[in-house]
Amino acid sequence: MSKFKKQKKGLPAISTASLPDIVFMLLFFFMVSTTMRETELKIKTPKLPKAHYTKKLEHKNLISTIYIGKSLNASNKGDVIQLNDKTARVSDVKGFIFANRQKLQEDEIPFMTTLFKVDIDSKVGTLADCKKELRDIDALKITYAATPTKE
Amino acid sequence: MARRSLPEINAGSMADIAFLLLIFFLVATTMEVDGGISRKLPQKQPPQDIKIKEKNVLQISINRNDRLLVEGKQIINDVKEIKQIAIDFIDNGGGVGNNDVGACDYCKGNKDPNSSDHPNKAIISLKSDRGTSYGAFIAVHDVLGQAYMELRNRVCKERYGVSFESLLKQQKSDKSDKLKEKIKKIKALYPEIISEVEPTGN
Repeated sequence: MSKFKKQKKGLPAISTASLPDIVFMLLFFFMVSTTMRETELKIKTPKLPKAHYTKKLEHKNLISTIYIGKSLNASNKGDVIQLNDKTARVSDVKGFIFANRQKLQEDEIPFMTTLFKVDIDSKVGTLADCKKELRDIDALKITYAATPTKE
Repeated sequence: MARRSLPEINAGSMADIAFLLLIFFLVATTMEVDGGISRKLPQKQPPQDIKIKEKNVLQISINRNDRLLVEGKQIINDVKEIKQIAIDFIDNGGGVGNNDVGACDYCKGNKDPNSSDHPNKAIISLKSDRGTSYGAFIAVHDVLGQAYMELRNRVCKERYGVSFESLLKQQKSDKSDKLKEKIKKIKALYPEIISEVEPTGN
């Protein structure tokens, strides 16, 4: 009975043919559900405060983000402002908002929101300066970034 | 000559390529959606001097050591205490109907004549120092938000049988005008009037 002599021993190899499909599925999930990181932080990543009731900001293109936090350089004790990819001064805020306005249709401008991502340990003073600039140019809608607390 | 069939392409490295792409997207993207506490800044120049009765203003101050003071005299040790103070103040409804807004018929407050007349008139004024830490500043904003939410929840339950929070949650799936109208109405009953005074100090 030579027919049965050469039977293989051991487990058969697991087929990995479907592995690319699984990985592609994961890939598509991440491509759809995430957004690109736009800016690289030039300050220490701000630790956001927590709040019970936060409002989600839906329209990305209507948001201009102002970061305020500690400088990466430890010897600089004061708070630093970052607009786009660069650290900036308070006087640059107006120009930053104007530049963002230019990208939009005119009827969208009243819906523009300035999002403040401020470190929990920084002082209100710098923030107040920025708000004053915003008032000067009628950019009145602001949001203080906060992470929602889990109940 | 026999026709040679095309050799099969080896798909063994497909998984590696896909993994590479996957890892790239994991690193280069973020999942978070920005959110926070929305506020509106005042106009640069107020249209005219509006007379506001002192009793319609609740003044909350935070000093540079993050200590809290309400109405210039009451020292608060815990931020959470402000919630009840704010609710009592907003919901007071002391107006008797001789002013332009009239009496507040949905308020459940003490009707103290020395406190606010009507939720539409009750202004919470938040004064900070330049040296106040942002965490303390937001904590007060958060507590005030909770106070308004509690009042809105209450009045919403009375009128529609559901809390205001669940109305807001419904809004994610239900975009009907009817729901929008309801939310707008409740918001108008207890409007958030928070004014930030320019900080003192330098």
